[in-house]
Amino acid sequence: MNPTDLANQATATANRALELAEAARRAAEAVAPVAQAAEPFLYLLTIFLMACFVGYYVVWNVTPALHSPLMGVTNAISSVIVVGAILAAGTADNTLARIFGFIAVTLAAVNIFGGFLVTRRMLAMFQSKKRG
Amino acid sequence: MATISTLAYLVAAVLFILALRGLSHPETSRRGNLYGMIGMAIAIVATLFHHGMDIGGIVLILVGLALGGSVGAVVAKRIQMTALPQLVAAFHSLVGMAAVFVAAGAFYSPQSFGIGTHGHIHTQSLIEMSLGIAIGAITFSGSVIAFAKLDGRMSGAPIIFKGQHLLNAALGVLLLVLVISFVATGSPLLFWLIALLSFALGFLLIIPIGGADMPVVVSMLNSYSGWAAAGIGFTVGNLLLIVTGALVGASGAILSYIMCKGMNRSIINVLLGGFGAEAGGAAAGGGAGAERAPVKAGSPEDAAFIMKNAQKIIVVPGYGMAVAQAQQVLREMGDLLKKEGAEVEYAIHPVAGRMPGHMNVLLAEANVPYEDVKELEEINPEFAEADVAYVIGANDVTNPAAKTDKSSPIYGMPILDVEKAKTVFFVKRGMSSGYAGVDNELFFRPNTMMLFGDAKKVTQEIVQALQK
Repeated sequence: MNPTDLANQATATANRALELAEAARRAAEAVAPVAQAAEPFLYLLTIFLMACFVGYYVVWNVTPALHSPLMGVTNAISSVIVVGAILAAGTADNTLARIFGFIAVTLAAVNIFGGFLVTRRMLAMFQSKKRG
Repeated sequence: MATISTLAYLVAAVLFILALRGLSHPETSRRGNLYGMIGMAIAIVATLFHHGMDIGGIVLILVGLALGGSVGAVVAKRIQMTALPQLVAAFHSLVGMAAVFVAAGAFYSPQSFGIGTHGHIHTQSLIEMSLGIAIGAITFSGSVIAFAKLDGRMSGAPIIFKGQHLLNAALGVLLLVLVISFVATGSPLLFWLIALLSFALGFLLIIPIGGADMPVVVSMLNSYSGWAAAGIGFTVGNLLLIVTGALVGASGAILSYIMCKGMNRSIINVLLGGFGAEAGGAAAGGGAGAERAPVKAGSPEDAAFIMKNAQKIIVVPGYGMAVAQAQQVLREMGDLLKKEGAEVEYAIHPVAGRMPGHMNVLLAEANVPYEDVKELEEINPEFAEADVAYVIGANDVTNPAAKTDKSSPIYGMPILDVEKAKTVFFVKRGMSSGYAGVDNELFFRPNTMMLFGDAKKVTQEIVQALQK
């Protein structure tokens, strides 16, 4: 093998390496946004599943006599969706989104106040012999 | 700032869990409710300090909170306890609608939630968003139908037509197609089409379900409202929404399961409107069958005389008691009988009434101590020792056919063993069969006495006779 051939071969190998590196870069770029998005999603999903289990065990401990108040409380706390509504109403960059946020805040507020207060009314009625 | 708000959300989530935990006993329940309120207040205040919030926005939010809050407070204060199931259904519909509007807010201003920019929302967020809209919209329209049925604005009878399930399935597939194209294009038109189609689907899913299956429907919509909140939580990447949504979703699912078990039916069977088709035919047959044996009808005075001499009386309330608003006078009767030295207890079937725990709330409203109110498993062994079972406005949940008649639609349903009591009183308006359209053979037994009339009126007359 003469030096010229060797040089050519080395150049070809170097070029090939460059191509591979370029391909790897493109692949990494293509994957990056997905990887970035996937990681928080898995994190949120984990928390979601854990919360399902917590809910499962806590609710089985609720006495059947209090199933109606349980619906009242869960209804009130599901209005925590108001958090999303507040973000839309207070930080959106256009009027339309703010209006949607405002409507959602109002609807959720009916539920928050109505839900907690009606539950309080229900629970106040449950009396023991000792007191009643 | 972000860390502080995340911490505040964490505290709120823990308080919500404690709120549910408190409901394990009436004594701790009031504190539980308070924890829930504090948690919600923390969540709202923490969000108001969010980065990018402007004064105009805060004013808008406070106006919304005040407006909705005062409506909610007034309704909660004025509502009659017998109207509780429809109130809860109405509240569920609001959560569903709010979820749709939050999704709309996020769609039209994605940068507020960090999920992209106008027209360039992350694919994953679009998927989560469409889930949020669909569940929210189904919760909304389903709850509106449940409300109308419970409030008597619409017949409680199942609405069934040919090809119903096929139509629902077709709409389901169409919804899936819309979601896929929405995720691919991010078009606003598709956003609203998904919402519209989901409204229609929620409506169609609930109309075939009959009145007495409402405890399952109300629990199920409770669960949906939780999943809707969680769906929105995923869309906007908010942990508190996800955690709370999961708690509520799990809670509603458990309640649905308990209600289905109380009827020995599968959730699928309830959702397909199981009893509806059978009820028509069976009721027609029942009319003829009712003539077959003499029924012993008594007067309130007769009942008062027998109960005066009884040692142990078990009262079995059902939806009829709620309709007649008979809970107060029922408690008066109980008090008088206790004065006579009798032991008075109340037996609650899991599916009595129109929502889980409905009877317990009504009895509590009438100042019946909760220790006297017993669940099915607890009270069933006691019927054999009871002198009197006073069944007021309940029917199917006492029917022994559930144990003996394999062909009966209610076969396998756990029942209250009232037939073991020495004397059984049935307070009923007439001889009609119950919701399941099945005759109750107990009416024809020698130890049964029918007290025909309005539940409240009959009980009032017994109270008057007892006072003599």
